[in-house]
Amino acid sequence: MAGARTVRPPVISARNLVKTYGDVNAVDGISFEVPAGESFGLLGPNGAGKSTTMRMIGGVTQRTSGELSIMGLDPEKQGPEVRAHLGVVPQQDNLDEELRVRDNLIVYGRYFGLSHSYLAQRADELLDFAQLAEKAKARVDSLSGGMKRRLTIARSLINDPRILLLDEPTTGLDPQARHVLWDRLFRLKEQGVTLVLTTHYMDEAEQLCDRLIVVDKGKIMAEGSPSALIREHSSREVLEVRFGTDRNAAVAPQLDGVGERIEVLPDRVLVYTDNGEASLEQIRARQLHPITSLVRRASLEDVFLRLTGRSLID
Amino acid sequence: MTETQPRLQAHSPEASAAKARRWGSFYFMEHMLRSMRAYAVTIVVTSVGNPLLYLFSMGVGLASIVDRSPSAHFAGVGYLAYAAPALLVSSAVMTCANEMMFPVMDGFKWRRVYYGPHVTPLVPGQLAAGHVMAVGVRLLVQCLVFFLIMLAFGAVRSPASWLVVPIGVLAGMAFGTPLMAYAARIEKENFQFSMIQRFIVMPLFLFSGTFYPLETMPPAMQWIGWISPLWHGNQLGRLATIGLMEPVWLVAVHVLYLVALGLFGIGWARRNYARRMAA
Repeated sequence: MAGARTVRPPVISARNLVKTYGDVNAVDGISFEVPAGESFGLLGPNGAGKSTTMRMIGGVTQRTSGELSIMGLDPEKQGPEVRAHLGVVPQQDNLDEELRVRDNLIVYGRYFGLSHSYLAQRADELLDFAQLAEKAKARVDSLSGGMKRRLTIARSLINDPRILLLDEPTTGLDPQARHVLWDRLFRLKEQGVTLVLTTHYMDEAEQLCDRLIVVDKGKIMAEGSPSALIREHSSREVLEVRFGTDRNAAVAPQLDGVGERIEVLPDRVLVYTDNGEASLEQIRARQLHPITSLVRRASLEDVFLRLTGRSLID
Repeated sequence: MTETQPRLQAHSPEASAAKARRWGSFYFMEHMLRSMRAYAVTIVVTSVGNPLLYLFSMGVGLASIVDRSPSAHFAGVGYLAYAAPALLVSSAVMTCANEMMFPVMDGFKWRRVYYGPHVTPLVPGQLAAGHVMAVGVRLLVQCLVFFLIMLAFGAVRSPASWLVVPIGVLAGMAFGTPLMAYAARIEKENFQFSMIQRFIVMPLFLFSGTFYPLETMPPAMQWIGWISPLWHGNQLGRLATIGLMEPVWLVAVHVLYLVALGLFGIGWARRNYARRMAA
């Protein structure tokens, strides 16, 4: 990955990006580069500054300070030129519900000055891609949440962008709808589209991102591929044990020496270890009998917990 | 993917940006006009129904009483011909007021329609301009229909009477665009729009010399007409359709006042759109 990155020039480059609202630094000195074709994620809890960063990249919010370049252009000075390169999927759907499904794509394509003949063809392709061909003439308000999301993604592809910005693409969708959407995004990635996405779902970040930054309170806490981050900041396995809400904290000191590290959460105790089963045996040998126990592989959630002391989703 | 026809290519991002910089307002106008198709029936019914109702009630109903009175004089014409151009202008002003309040709130807040184009090469000022142009098209059609119905009722006297159509659009915009700028600043709609309808639009309709000359009102109330775009539009409309005699300077004041209000409204709206969308 590192070798490939040195060959490809960055399509997005941010240095010391700061955005201040009043006294609050929503984004507080973020720097990163995204090479062409990479799938890059911003992972963090709500309010971490992910969406603000996306809005600055999209040239719709002015930065307070720092440098930002998209395809070599400054989004503040050349907003229309930068936005012409991008496809944007906002956090909140803003489809025009007065229009039919297909007309939403056509109207949007006109904003890029694309001809009606091109758009007629492209809209049909995208409806196929988004598995919405049968809904072409349907009213937007008759679509399910997952369908609206897919239509929003189809709309963002109308200008054949090489960079796609996705802000919380699957928030609020049921598991099946999320998997359909991930599949579509994966296809785009295979076609060489650069994906930049924000998410507070660690499984989404693990599925889709080649590389990500973990953001909290406007700052980058860590950067790397999902597997490297897990390797660096967590053990291989995690043993989750529950002793009951009122006992977890009291029992925790007695687990001293089990695994590499213990994390006490209100509802459970996490034991970071390379061998979950062996650690569970150790706990039982100390005559501590958890109500439930679970051994799982470490995830980005653990990385986030380690880095910030907080859970991703409160 | 459809493989049966040759695949067309999107033009370059540079070409997109150049086209959007030049034609962006028209692209948004196109979008708005397509959206209006969703309530096309309402538009047609009100465009045809309103003039029919007004002109019938005035021309057959009220005028039959008014015109019998020996003391009544309305610029030397029958009451229907006197009231008709003002009714056209009033209906344009009311439609424009509606189109500049609720759809603006819809764009920014309710369904956030403006935020779709916001992330394309368009800039916020073009959204404001495109919105104004689309409403302008609607007003033009509405005023034209009204004018044709006036013709059918025999309510016009002058060959230049068609000018009442652009006058209606101008008066509508003079009232509507400042309202649009105001609507772009509202974060939460707490009945401000119905207040505007009740306490601004309706009084203007009643006190702007629509049904009788402004001079017949007590002097203390005539100022309402002077500041009302509706009165200036009404007078210009009568100038066009029945050859109302007014000094040249006053005609110039009517035109300049309406143009100035419209330009001020558009300028203020563009600024408010840009501010709100950059936040």
